[in-house]
Amino acid sequence: MNPLLVLLRRELALAWGRGGGPLPALAFYAGVTTLVPLAVGPEPDRLAVIAPGIAWLALALASLLSLERLFERDFEDGALDLLALGEPGLEAVCAVKALAQWLATGLPLAFAAPIAALMLGAPVAIAPIVLLCALVGGLAFAFVGGMGAALTLGSRRGGVLIAVIVLPLFAPPVIFGGGALAQAASVTGGTSGLLLLCGWAAAAVALSPLAMAAACRNALD
Amino acid sequence: MFAFLANPDRFMAFSRRAAPAFGALAVLLIAAGLWYSFIAPEDYQQGDTVRIMFIHVPAAYLAMFSYICLGVASFLSLVYRHALADAAARACAPLGAVFTALALITGALWGKPMWGTWWVWDARLTSVLVLFLFWLGYMALRAAIDDETKAGRAAAILALVGLVNLPVIHFSVEWWNSLHQGATVFAAKAENRLPPSYLIPMALMALGYTSAFGSLWLVRIRAEVWRRRAAVLALQAAEG
Repeated sequence: MNPLLVLLRRELALAWGRGGGPLPALAFYAGVTTLVPLAVGPEPDRLAVIAPGIAWLALALASLLSLERLFERDFEDGALDLLALGEPGLEAVCAVKALAQWLATGLPLAFAAPIAALMLGAPVAIAPIVLLCALVGGLAFAFVGGMGAALTLGSRRGGVLIAVIVLPLFAPPVIFGGGALAQAASVTGGTSGLLLLCGWAAAAVALSPLAMAAACRNALD
Repeated sequence: MFAFLANPDRFMAFSRRAAPAFGALAVLLIAAGLWYSFIAPEDYQQGDTVRIMFIHVPAAYLAMFSYICLGVASFLSLVYRHALADAAARACAPLGAVFTALALITGALWGKPMWGTWWVWDARLTSVLVLFLFWLGYMALRAAIDDETKAGRAAAILALVGLVNLPVIHFSVEWWNSLHQGATVFAAKAENRLPPSYLIPMALMALGYTSAFGSLWLVRIRAEVWRRRAAVLALQAAEG
């Protein structure tokens, strides 16, 4: 059996095994979207304007949550040392781990995003594009976030540090996704935002395993 | 030049003279630049506030220049595992952060009289702000890892990731929103270019800022080298 498939199944099992898989991230996502109307006021007109953007931003924040444990558990118990020695190469291992992160939390969050947008008063017509942005963007967030998780291995304060490192890197995908949502809501339409988001996600999936593997090797030395 | 200065002894001998020389050059250039800034004619639209340009634009240019310096130093330290390159990267970060902050602050001071607001979410302002966040992330990562060699390498990887991302961030933000005026120093059309009465103080200030950065950078690298030597000596004394 392909070792990478075994690794993927192991990662998913670990994500579900303890801590309830995507449930904490989903709860966080629900919590943030609940606080938004409390902060800006419940008027439907005002909420409807910001609804897709808020759903999108909260998704970016929620995808940061479980990153801390992405490499740290394996780093602490020595599993990462073994994975680094293995046949497929550390780059592929890192890519699989980031992919599992997306499957375990990004995918469920993506299906929660249109619901959050609708609850905040976004028009129903925009829901598919919210889902699409959340699916593609979540993939980019998982891979870029994985870079932050790998870089902070062995540091004293993982969680906050990952956010500080990764949030500036989230600027382009957040812009492209926000642009795609704005284009979907406008009368003129257009798909350039969504296409740019897809392109950026593809680049992140292709390139960030290199940085993740380099950072893991540095931590393992 | 890198090969010559890669030897720490030669670097220390060179920087001992170069750091004060760059500092003196910076003082002269900035003094001359300030003189020309104040005798430059008022702008027909902006009046006296146009003089803020002479301290703002060089700071913005140095914010990017210092990031390129960080990127080159990080690349050299990552590929050649050279301790001096790592010291240079470490020494560069606070300077870059300060020049980036200076660009943001002088920009805000210029924005208030001109645009009527301290801050707008315009493309260039936003990308400089993201650059500033990058510097903070770089320094935070470096400070959080105890092992200095590992901290240096992790920070170098982050610096290179940032180097790849900064152009993307720049263009994405540009795509998002642009209100800031376009480039005028190297503008293609002659009538959009800066007139000589403004170009002279701008060039003097830019060169002066660059020499000041060079001088401070060398001083900080020297301090870093000494700090590391002192740490090694303390370790030897404790073991011996």
